[in-house]
Amino acid sequence: MTTTTTTVPGRPEAPPRLHDRIRRAGRRRLSRSVADAGFYTTAAALTVLFLGPLLWSAWASVSGPRATGGAGGIGTNNYERLIDYGAGLERYVWNTSVVTGLTVIGTLVVSVLGGYALARFSFPGKNLLFIGALAILMVPHPTILVPLYTMLNFVGMQNSLVSVALVLVMFQLPFGLFMMRNAFAGLPKELEEAALLDGCSNLGALRRILLRAVTPAMVTVGMFAFLAAWNEFLTPLIFLTDGRNFTLPVALVSLRSGELGTIDLGALQAGIVVTAIPCLLMFVLLQRHYVRGFTAGSVRG
Amino acid sequence: MASSTVAAARVGPASRGPARRARREARSGLLFALPAILFVVILFVVPLVLAAWMSLNDWPLIGSPAFNAPDNYVAISENRLFVSSIWFTVRYTVVVTVIYLVLALALALLVQNSRPGVGFFRTAFLLPAAVGLASSALLFYALYNNEYGPLGDLLRAVGLVEGNADFLSTPEAAFRSTVAMVTWRFAGFFMIIMLTGLQAIPVEVYEAARMDGASWWQTLRRITLPLLKPTILLVLVLSVTGSLLAFEPFYILTQGGPSNSTVTMVIAMFREAFTLFNLGSAAAIAMVLLVALVAINVAQLYLLRDKDTK
Repeated sequence: MTTTTTTVPGRPEAPPRLHDRIRRAGRRRLSRSVADAGFYTTAAALTVLFLGPLLWSAWASVSGPRATGGAGGIGTNNYERLIDYGAGLERYVWNTSVVTGLTVIGTLVVSVLGGYALARFSFPGKNLLFIGALAILMVPHPTILVPLYTMLNFVGMQNSLVSVALVLVMFQLPFGLFMMRNAFAGLPKELEEAALLDGCSNLGALRRILLRAVTPAMVTVGMFAFLAAWNEFLTPLIFLTDGRNFTLPVALVSLRSGELGTIDLGALQAGIVVTAIPCLLMFVLLQRHYVRGFTAGSVRG
Repeated sequence: MASSTVAAARVGPASRGPARRARREARSGLLFALPAILFVVILFVVPLVLAAWMSLNDWPLIGSPAFNAPDNYVAISENRLFVSSIWFTVRYTVVVTVIYLVLALALALLVQNSRPGVGFFRTAFLLPAAVGLASSALLFYALYNNEYGPLGDLLRAVGLVEGNADFLSTPEAAFRSTVAMVTWRFAGFFMIIMLTGLQAIPVEVYEAARMDGASWWQTLRRITLPLLKPTILLVLVLSVTGSLLAFEPFYILTQGGPSNSTVTMVIAMFREAFTLFNLGSAAAIAMVLLVALVAINVAQLYLLRDKDTK
């Protein structure tokens, strides 16, 4: 384009230009390989920084005198002490799984039903519900946790894993409702109209037809709920008073502060590995669904 | 079969009048929304009102509350731990937000083009975000332990420190060590947000810039940054909100020390409630946090809207 406009007809400019272009292309190829080398060096150095602590933790959990009992190589002593720590590792894993399972299921049920209602029905208080849910984002969690603690004490639901899960579902609602509302709104109306004509109820259409179409959004919502619940610290710290009910993060912090005996950094490393592995696995397998959470968010922004 | 005829019979009369159909729709909609409404009202609206009411009362952990407004607010304004925690938290928020913005953008620019292996690097940078904040703090607590962790030896070998490295024993070192930990934990998370923003910029814009002979720096300043503004503001809002409410990093890594030099506002609130059992004052701190955060978020959203209309 630029060549045709700048070339004055009648002047033989093509040969030097061609020559020039070849030289420039060569220079560009050279600079590209320099840039490539720069990219891979920088990225590799950053990878060491980001993965280093994780790899060290995994290594530290199986090496050193506390892990091997004095022998060289690697050993599982740290994990064995972790299993016996406090109320027992399996107890903490169970508690965390209960909280996480209930939070994921609760978030999905409430978000799918609510998102369907927000996308497809007009009902009184619809906008109020949407604003109310988004307001949860604006309010600091600690602001609600103190009165919630009082309320749960009042109704005798303190120190309960179910209470923790209920509160975590509430914290997940803004994201869940927003994602599911957008997912349902993106579906063609004909899909459920056909089902309704076939005699399905609204709930039947939702269950038989629409759920399959919004599964990707549900995976994203479920994954965010899982990561948040599995790793949540402040809510169980405030609500759970009995050590037998602690979730993994709370149990690990009390292990670190030596509340139940001496501080055992070896067992702590083992605990960090046990806590992190489900999340890391989920991340590596479902990373694309995690990223979708942000793409949906940036549509709004 | 039987159920479908029943459903058809039900659809029949309802579709007769538009008013009836609207009423039916409203009822179905409310029914579907009911769980969400219950959650928002019982676990969010009611506690929020209760927090406001508690902040006006002397509210011990055990025993009956007594109205004492505005004593709690006077008390927290004279509470030196809380007042100094405000400045500490604001300073922390400014420092980490600047780091997040610069680092996340740099990382996103580094891995935005597809080339062999780039997916691996993206995952590697993002992976710390999968580890819980509490676990990350514990992991770095062990890393910073000179007898147990390798970091002190590593820094000495490189020649950055002499003698024993000092990670958590002075206020300044504790602050820096915590900033390093949260940077490790959140840089990849914010990188992904920046990356989705970068990928929303049409390729044609960059091609046009290259045709015009724009340099890398000019492209960044004149094209990438202006078009990325909504994403940058999203990162800003998330970082400011999250950092003003920081709890785990300091509660676990520094335990607020040494000598209460790293107490954040939420840690001050937590101690007021669950160490001193003074729930009224804790609720007052919670209300102050709420008002401050809403004000800051509204200001940032206003900033965002202003940029959009321009």
